[in-house]
Amino acid sequence: MGIGVIKLKINEQEVISREGDTILKAAKEHGITIPTLCDLDGLSNFGGCRLCLVEVKGSPKLFPACTTPVSNGMEVITDSERLKKYRKMAIELILSERIHVCSVCVANNNCELQDLANKLGVDHVNFKRDWNTHDLDTTHEFLVIDRNRCILCTRCIRVCDEVEGVHVLDLKNRGKDTEVIIDLDDQWGVSKICTSCRKCAKVCPVGAIYVEGQPISQTRDKKIAEFVLTRRQS
Amino acid sequence: MKPIDLVKLAERDLDLRRSYKYRINVCCSSGCLPFGAEDVLKAFEQAIKEYGVEKDCKVARTGCVGTCSVGPAVVVEPGDYLYQSVTPENAREIVKEHIIKGTPIKSMLYRNESFFKKQRRLILRNAGKIDPYNIEDYIAMGGYSALMKCLTSMTPKAVIDEVMASGLRGRGGAGFLTGQKWTFVARASGNPKYIIANLDEGDPGVFANRTLAEADPHAIIEGMLIAAYAIGAEKGYIYIRAEYPLAITTLKKALDQANSLNLVGENILETSFNFSIDLRLGAGAFVAGEETAILASIEGQRATPRPRPPYPATSGLWGKPTLIQNVETLANIPIIINNGGAWFAGIGTPKCSGTKCFSLTGKINSPGLIEVPMGTTLREVVYEIGNGIPNNRKFKAVLVGGPSGGCLPEEQIDLPIDYESLTKVGAIMGSGGIVVIDDQSCMVDTAKFFTDFCVDESCGKCVPCRVGLTKIKEIFERIMRGEGRMEDMNLLEELGNYIREASLCGLGQTAPNPVLTTLRYFKNEYVEHISQKKCSAGKCFQKNEEG
Repeated sequence: MGIGVIKLKINEQEVISREGDTILKAAKEHGITIPTLCDLDGLSNFGGCRLCLVEVKGSPKLFPACTTPVSNGMEVITDSERLKKYRKMAIELILSERIHVCSVCVANNNCELQDLANKLGVDHVNFKRDWNTHDLDTTHEFLVIDRNRCILCTRCIRVCDEVEGVHVLDLKNRGKDTEVIIDLDDQWGVSKICTSCRKCAKVCPVGAIYVEGQPISQTRDKKIAEFVLTRRQS
Repeated sequence: MKPIDLVKLAERDLDLRRSYKYRINVCCSSGCLPFGAEDVLKAFEQAIKEYGVEKDCKVARTGCVGTCSVGPAVVVEPGDYLYQSVTPENAREIVKEHIIKGTPIKSMLYRNESFFKKQRRLILRNAGKIDPYNIEDYIAMGGYSALMKCLTSMTPKAVIDEVMASGLRGRGGAGFLTGQKWTFVARASGNPKYIIANLDEGDPGVFANRTLAEADPHAIIEGMLIAAYAIGAEKGYIYIRAEYPLAITTLKKALDQANSLNLVGENILETSFNFSIDLRLGAGAFVAGEETAILASIEGQRATPRPRPPYPATSGLWGKPTLIQNVETLANIPIIINNGGAWFAGIGTPKCSGTKCFSLTGKINSPGLIEVPMGTTLREVVYEIGNGIPNNRKFKAVLVGGPSGGCLPEEQIDLPIDYESLTKVGAIMGSGGIVVIDDQSCMVDTAKFFTDFCVDESCGKCVPCRVGLTKIKEIFERIMRGEGRMEDMNLLEELGNYIREASLCGLGQTAPNPVLTTLRYFKNEYVEHISQKKCSAGKCFQKNEEG
């Protein structure tokens, strides 16, 4: 076996991967899908949505596939009953946290949250829904942030900081009061730093940041961060 | 200063200490100050002047002796006579009777003798005995001799071996083997290496770390220095919450004095060893005590945890190898070096050596700060040290481990306190908080209280903790409105298990403990609340009746 080659099993299937790769990457390369929401190729790891949790034989703990490195002899299970139940629960919790009404959402039919809900069989929400409204900011020339739809995955913040390099977006408050903010909690329209590059809209998994008047199917570009990163390195 | 100068200084100060026939230690820590300890201190100073016994008797400002409910506490040496609730008028009386006539005033002494009997004070060895504002007091008690021993006669590896042999485990809550952690950081490549002393104690009802810093700041500093020597670190931070003003002042003074004696800084004790220490103040977030959140906070970012690996041992502050230890862990280090790892391993239980500080509060006759060997039972803590429950009320539960600890019922009261036993029954060692609950408290209400705390303190990064805990809170609110459903108990349990297993950091992973343990041990109270809308303890549904 060559240096840096890691042999492991994912769902009983023998998998060969590289040292330093994550379980998620190893799985993806072998056509095994692990659901994710905050993860995006080309951006730093966040580990916040907890959808990609997997089991590793020999440990009672759950491991986030997006940040756990592969190791030799590791036996990963990605679809146990417990994991399926927990993923459904995560989606239900996200759906109950803010106002997610698909019929009036720009991202309807182009939404990663909606897709996952369908895929994981979430047909109802068992928790009390929170109908408190969050701020909407339409002051920018064409970018809109509707915080009612935000799932706090921070992809927009990371792409703005790590790829575009301007760090216009960040978070304020903590816990359930956490919000994505522009500059030091200003209106988007007055931001002098924002380059209006639209990368935030391109990576948003839901309809929280979008380009006004443009169909979301044309706005979305999940590969943008990875594309820029690869270009920079070459 | 050379090592020999330190020895001379210690001898001189010890002689000075012995030259007094009596020593009056007045506790001036955060527990006793609100009762007027400063005035008592002044009254004693004035009284010994008036009676002309300044040469025989020393009055000293000290840290906490542990009996926080009967402050201001005053200890007269020799004999360790502990006077409780001393007033400035009492001070004159004590000087007159005890110091001049030599007869202690029995009626004013602390009455619960068993409070100290079962305790063993190693970490708090100097608490209440030395003046925390005076480094020479610490040196007189053998302070910095362990550092000298390390620098002059031990290799870094030998220091780590000694700590390894002691079996000391991290006192921050998780109980990781300290020697092993040091080995990881020592082996990690990357320069410089950092040390963080964690003093971000935020649990409601917990004050052990604060007391330690207020009473014996140099024990923490010396522990840091020895750790730095062992792992090859150059820079250390003491991360302390801004809500601890007295501890901050004490540590600042201690650092200044240690700097001026060349015990911190460059070429320490005229060796090639350099180590500087800075204070960093928290900005009010409970989660900042989590080890990866502390890194973010010191770097000037939002105090949110990040996934591990990479572990701080290999990639901590600014991506460099970093050792993070609770201050209580660090305060153990000098005694381990001085007495040997094998000696330390003999205290406590085989798997859990040493002693542990606990903040004993709630419905208890003698609350305060205690230190007991690992393996002491909860019964000994509650009934012997704590002297039982006031007004002969009935014991109901004891919450061990702070807001994310577990509520244990009477059946578990003979449980020995160690990491494994506590985890087995659904509690945690955590920050070392022990809250005694009597039959006037409602367990549903208690679980709700601690859930509310965790909801407020969740950083919001991961879904289970941010949203899951909020949903638990909403279910409790529903039950308290009399709208609970029997399914809610199942839902609470499912949510609790999910949050425990799926959360990113220790806060989320332990936050459902109060809910899960009360469901496990006090299910009848939930049933009563939901099906009969009744609270036997008379705590809940009050507003409904009034309205």
